[in-house]
Order: sequence, then structure tokens, then C-alpha cells
Amino acid sequence: MVTVALDLEPERAARYIGRAKPSHPSLVDQAHRMDELFGVVNVPSGLWIDEEGMIVRPPEPAFPEGSVNTLQEYPPLPEGLPPYTEATLREARKIRTEPGRYVAALRDWVSLGRGSEFALTPEEVVAQSRPRPPEAGLAAAHFELAQHLQRSGDGDGAVGHFRAAHRLQPENWTYKRQAWSLQRRDQGPTDVYDGDWVSDVLKIGPENYYEPLQM
Amino acid sequence: MPTAEFEAETGWELKPEGACRADVCIPLPPGTAGDEVDLESLAKALGMPLVVDEARGLYCLGPRSGGRALESAVAPDLRLPGWHGDAFDLATLRGRKVLLLAWASW
Repeated sequence: MVTVALDLEPERAARYIGRAKPSHPSLVDQAHRMDELFGVVNVPSGLWIDEEGMIVRPPEPAFPEGSVNTLQEYPPLPEGLPPYTEATLREARKIRTEPGRYVAALRDWVSLGRGSEFALTPEEVVAQSRPRPPEAGLAAAHFELAQHLQRSGDGDGAVGHFRAAHRLQPENWTYKRQAWSLQRRDQGPTDVYDGDWVSDVLKIGPENYYEPLQM
Repeated sequence: MPTAEFEAETGWELKPEGACRADVCIPLPPGTAGDEVDLESLAKALGMPLVVDEARGLYCLGPRSGGRALESAVAPDLRLPGWHGDAFDLATLRGRKVLLLAWASW
């Protein structure tokens, strides 16, 4: 396993990695190159590469076992939460994930390799990868410029390009959440961006936050 | 920009038959590339969007677009720093099955 943190600020990712003490490679992708290279638009996303360096599953929602993903499993929300945090948790609880299916498929591939029904042919991998219209390519270019400017200390310059990336590829949550989190840790509304996590999730419905697994 | 720089940055080689990468060669209009490349013309021929920030004197070439995120199932080169800043190359894991997992602190 190789984990890749889509974090423009590596120290944020490092705090979690440090606590996990991983024995696997733990990389940091400040520019969200995973989006450009593979079509990632949300996290967590997993893709599989075989021994010959062939992708056998393009990126899809990848949750570990034991993830809580049904409303019945959540305890009641604590009292006295900040309103935006409470709103975030209310919607987050409605998000649908399929950790059992994903991990079972992964184990099947690990043991059977090419013989696994979950290992796709090269043609299937390409066909199942995310469509990339010209706007999505432009979004990637704007995001790359934005993160460069942010890292160079030109936060104001970065905002314009983050906004363009959001407009051009609205389904890309990594571009949005990264930009929002630079303004507010809770990714709430600002006068710098048109959206925020709760509003944007409500627009599509939390049950649609992750695409269903194509397996 | 200098052709050599374009080639080094993008992995595309500019040959007489056109711009080539892996099994793909795309013919280029005359005058697009010599010692220097005409970036706008080349970007258009390759289907790569070009964003220019005139005020800051910066430009950025995006990925080839108009199809899908993956043009082939061959895993692209991936070199990213590890969380301690050390360089890591995905190619070093050739010969093993890899689960590449994207996550974020946000």
C-alpha cells in the first residue's frame, strides 16, 4: 500500500501520518497530481496497479473495513457544537460508502491476481476512468497554478485560480476542499469562495457525495 | 520555450513525425517546434489546455483532455516526496501489487 496525502500543507498530513507510524510509503502530493494523473476527484480514492505496472482498477471510493457508514451506527450528536460543525456532521452521516465490498474485492485481487473478477482489462480500465472534457483539463492547470502561487506566498493570486478550477470542474472535491481549508479549517462559507462544504454537499445530496462502486 | 525543457517537463519527445509519447505520435503543424517550441500551437495540437497568468508572468500546461483521465492502463510515472521529504518513485515497486490510496487531512 502507498498512501498519498493530497495536502498543499504537508505538515497537516504529517501530523496524522506521524500518529499512524506506517510501515508503507506515505507520500505527499501538494499539487494534487493524483487528480491530473489518474482522475481522482475525492478522498479516499484507491487505485490498483499490478506487478507489471498496469492499472487494473481506476480510482474509486476506497474505505477501510470498520468504517461507520450507516446512520444507525452513529451516536447522537453532542450538545453545544458550533452550528457549522453540527451542520457538517448531520450531512456527513448521510454519506454512503461501501467498505465491506471494496475490501473484499481487494483481498480477492491480492490472492487471485489477473484471475480476480475485480481486475479489469486495460480497455475496461480506460473506459471506467473519469471523463476528462477540456474544462477538466483547464481546471487542473488552474489548480496547479493556484497551489504554486499559494506556496510562493501569493495567497491572493492563488484564490483566482482556485476559483477557476472550482468553476471548471465542480465535481472535483479535492480542488474545493483544499482551497476552502486554507481559509477556514471547517471549510465553511467565506466571501472569497462561492461555495462551502455543507452548501455544496446539499446541492447534490450527501448520498451522492461518493459514486457507487462499479463492481 | 526551449524544446529540451518542454520534453523534460512533459515526457513528450518532439520528433520529425510529431510529438511522441509511449505508443502515440501526434503530427504537428509546421513551425511548431525547432530548437524552441511554440507553446500555444503545440498545446492545441496535443489537446493540452494552456492557462496564462499574464499579471504574474506564469503559464501552466494542463493534461491532455477531450477523452478520459486515463488514455491507457499503463501506470504513469509517479514521483512524489515521502512525508519526511525524501524522494519516492512508484517504479521501485514494480514486481509487486500496489494499492495507491489518496487521502487528505482536510
